[in-house]
Amino acid sequence: MIQIVLPAHLRTLAHVDQEVSLEVDGPVTLRAVLDALESRYPMLRGTIRDHLTLQRRPFLRFFACQEDISHESPNKPLPESVAAGREPLMIIGAIAGG
Amino acid sequence: MSKVRVLVGTHKGAFILASDGKRENWEISGPHFAGWEIYHLKGSAADPNRIYASQTSGWFGQIIQRSNDGGKTWETPGGEAMPTGGMPPPPSNKFAYDTSAETGKPLTTHQWYDGTQHPWEFKRVWHIEPSLHDPDTAYAGVEDAAIFRTTDGGRSWHELPGLRGHASGPKWQPGAGGMCLHTIVLDPSNPKRMFVAISAAGAFRTDDDGSTWKPINRGLRSQYIPDPDAEVGHCVHHVAMSPKKPGVLYMQKHWDVMRSDNAGDEWREVSGNLPTDFGFVIDIHAHEPETIYVVPIKSDSEHFPIDGKLRVYRSRSGGNEWEPLTKGLPQSDCYVNVLRDAMAVDTLDSCGVYFGTTGGQVYASKDSGDNWAPIASHLPPVFSVEVQTLP
Repeated sequence: MIQIVLPAHLRTLAHVDQEVSLEVDGPVTLRAVLDALESRYPMLRGTIRDHLTLQRRPFLRFFACQEDISHESPNKPLPESVAAGREPLMIIGAIAGG
Repeated sequence: MSKVRVLVGTHKGAFILASDGKRENWEISGPHFAGWEIYHLKGSAADPNRIYASQTSGWFGQIIQRSNDGGKTWETPGGEAMPTGGMPPPPSNKFAYDTSAETGKPLTTHQWYDGTQHPWEFKRVWHIEPSLHDPDTAYAGVEDAAIFRTTDGGRSWHELPGLRGHASGPKWQPGAGGMCLHTIVLDPSNPKRMFVAISAAGAFRTDDDGSTWKPINRGLRSQYIPDPDAEVGHCVHHVAMSPKKPGVLYMQKHWDVMRSDNAGDEWREVSGNLPTDFGFVIDIHAHEPETIYVVPIKSDSEHFPIDGKLRVYRSRSGGNEWEPLTKGLPQSDCYVNVLRDAMAVDTLDSCGVYFGTTGGQVYASKDSGDNWAPIASHLPPVFSVEVQTLP
């Protein structure tokens, strides 16, 4: 099971309290995980990736195993420890506002 | 006994204030959507339990929320479970500008601050105006300025591209708050007629249900633009119309309070004896279509009341002659603003008037403005106030 940590605002929107656990069919890529996440929680469509372009929203970042993978190809396999569920994929909102 | 529900959109969530018809004791529920900006929420006249809310965030984009039980619970239209078996996903409540059928490219560009042309970029929904007759139909005014319509309860939204595609579109330019379509007025006497206002393009009217639009800015005069009498380019802050007198419109422009007696074809200034005619809100008494309210703000660089005195001004003559309403409002050291969508009225026999401030207060008068009292005092900055009068 893939573990995903959402920002607080998106947990509220999706009505979840903590980490989200998902099964992903096939290669565990960022795109596949986000597709599965939006399929399970359709209200999140457009909040992490732009509705039309599917590009990452500018003030969000993706982290895996303490590494910022925001600029890597969404088709690249995620680290094995994320695919195995030992480490979470973290979706982080930029800290801003003072 | 009748009830009143006040829907308050704020910088950090939505709040619902409820009272019986006496309007003495208020129960506050919320924050709904805590932490999110709620630009506007409004109930359907056709089904008061149907409420739409615009939930937005610089991080996470635009969400439309919908309640079917008067705001007790909410759902995201289009957020229902995805179908299985290869069926297409349901429409999500996204806002996509129309493009040319031939090229797939944007219809037009608009004027940027520096005078160059700039592509339209969707940012947020400023105002949702539910249909007067169908709870599943509503209009959304968005930034960058355009109008969208849903006919399926908010699951899918489609632009009415005739507005943005008007020949003047490339001349539209954002105001300081962005280029937002912030006002939508539906004409109860003519289902094909609708009015909108855009900062800083001006006011527009459709007489064919949104297919085509015409600028209705004749008589507006704006000293801050190259041609003060231009067809477009006026920073209209808000427009109001009484359902009891369709065709008579009142406008709070950047500067100037204006009136039109012919559905916007011509405007005349009715600022009269106001201490300043800058402001954002304007609204009309529920039963007296010549009784109007504004909150004068010192200037476009000092967005607070003159001398720290929060005063609503009322005209009982359709403008020109104004009286200050001060009883119950702070008359010293008050430096809040009242934003364009933050005033509304109820329809009880003794008309109630309500407004919210950027200081987080919501004030109410249950006697047409003679006396005021706060019904909420410590909310986040208030963006919008709407009122539902319930049986």
